[in-house]
Amino acid sequence: MEFLSPSTWEEALAAKSAHPDAVPITGGTDVMVELNFDQHRPPALLDLTRVTELFEWEPDGSQLRLGAGVSYTTIIEKLGRHAPALAQASRSVASPQIRNRGSVGGNLGGASPAGDSHPPLLATDATIELASVRGTRHVPAREFYLGPRRTARQQDELIAAVLLPQPSGPQQFCKIGPRNAMVIAVTAFSLAFNTATREVGTGIGSAGPTPLRATEAEQFLAAEFDWDSGALSEEAIRRFGELVASAARPIDDVRGTADYRKHALSVIARRALGWSVSEYRKGEPQCV
Amino acid sequence: MRVTFEVNGEEVTADNVWAGESLLYVLRERLGLPGSKNACEQGECGSCTVYLDGSTACSCMIAAGQCEGRTVQTVEGLVEESGEGTDKQLGSVQEAFVEAGAVQCGFCTPGLLVQTDDLLSRTVRTGQEAPADTEIREALAGNLCRCTGYEKIIDAVRLAAEREAEKSGGGAA
Repeated sequence: MEFLSPSTWEEALAAKSAHPDAVPITGGTDVMVELNFDQHRPPALLDLTRVTELFEWEPDGSQLRLGAGVSYTTIIEKLGRHAPALAQASRSVASPQIRNRGSVGGNLGGASPAGDSHPPLLATDATIELASVRGTRHVPAREFYLGPRRTARQQDELIAAVLLPQPSGPQQFCKIGPRNAMVIAVTAFSLAFNTATREVGTGIGSAGPTPLRATEAEQFLAAEFDWDSGALSEEAIRRFGELVASAARPIDDVRGTADYRKHALSVIARRALGWSVSEYRKGEPQCV
Repeated sequence: MRVTFEVNGEEVTADNVWAGESLLYVLRERLGLPGSKNACEQGECGSCTVYLDGSTACSCMIAAGQCEGRTVQTVEGLVEESGEGTDKQLGSVQEAFVEAGAVQCGFCTPGLLVQTDDLLSRTVRTGQEAPADTEIREALAGNLCRCTGYEKIIDAVRLAAEREAEKSGGGAA
């Protein structure tokens, strides 16, 4: 097994092109577990921790450009206003030690249906920036997830950054797990209001072969919600929960049954909506 | 491969390191620093917590090659010079754990000590108030202990915070 340690982004792309089988590693919180347990023996590790651009973030026009290696800790501490739902999701990741190292890029690279960052990326209509020696391309998060651990990333591509639209309305993230810390979601949900376009976005985690959107629920809510007064009936909130649950395609597994996941989703979707509506009426984002 | 980095203030070199080898393995098996414990090797238990370039991480989930040229501090690095030659004494956080009876089998202790040290670095040592219980619990959320029931551990963190606040003259505890 080789250990490749590029110090610039160009070198990293060249290395990935020359060794498409190389496994990129930054925080190591997924990759090292597989190595320690000998579940996977890749021909090479591609250490990206020396590529400084991956650990930077900057406002880029109407978006935040978040380097793929920026840690969850940094997102929590610095980016709550730029990316409220993603910051909330970051708070629910594992432990402080893991949040110091883990990143959204790693979550996207692993593409576990249970990754905490996926629902907010879907709900906020984020874009994934992929790069290779062939060039750079942008893939909407909504087209990125293809199957369990399968994504739109090509073998010679690296995940450079995530582009997050500036928030234009309340955003929420909810997660169900048996304890407060160190837990993989039994199911998770994210909701984002876009007051500029009068649309809503959703993201469902851990309840399908990939992270999912509840498009019917999104359309229903955008039409039912009174964008001027912030009014929404109890009946509409309940219906929204049902529509979110019906968009899920969960399985029974060690963390929960499919039925439980659907039920939990309808509950957390209603909660997220309730919080979002009261935040909308106040006109100020609360949890940043 | 050969990896050279700084551990507890000294430059060290490890030879014949396999590309997929963890920092934890290098510390324990190549550098003779068994303080960081190998328990779960999947980031669940926190027993192998160290500082890497100043922030805490599970050393089982760091590839050794990623440490080239970087700075690591382990639980061994928390001891303090006693002022007389090479003698060392327990650091204040370690002392508080002993006094509060927060040490039983000791497997989780090194990770808890490093994580507590980090919590105090971010709070009382910068003149802020002693951490509330909720902050203590959050800081230690990634460290499992199977024998103490955590109450004495939390007592120990409170005690360490109190002492350090006094030392730094804040009296914030």
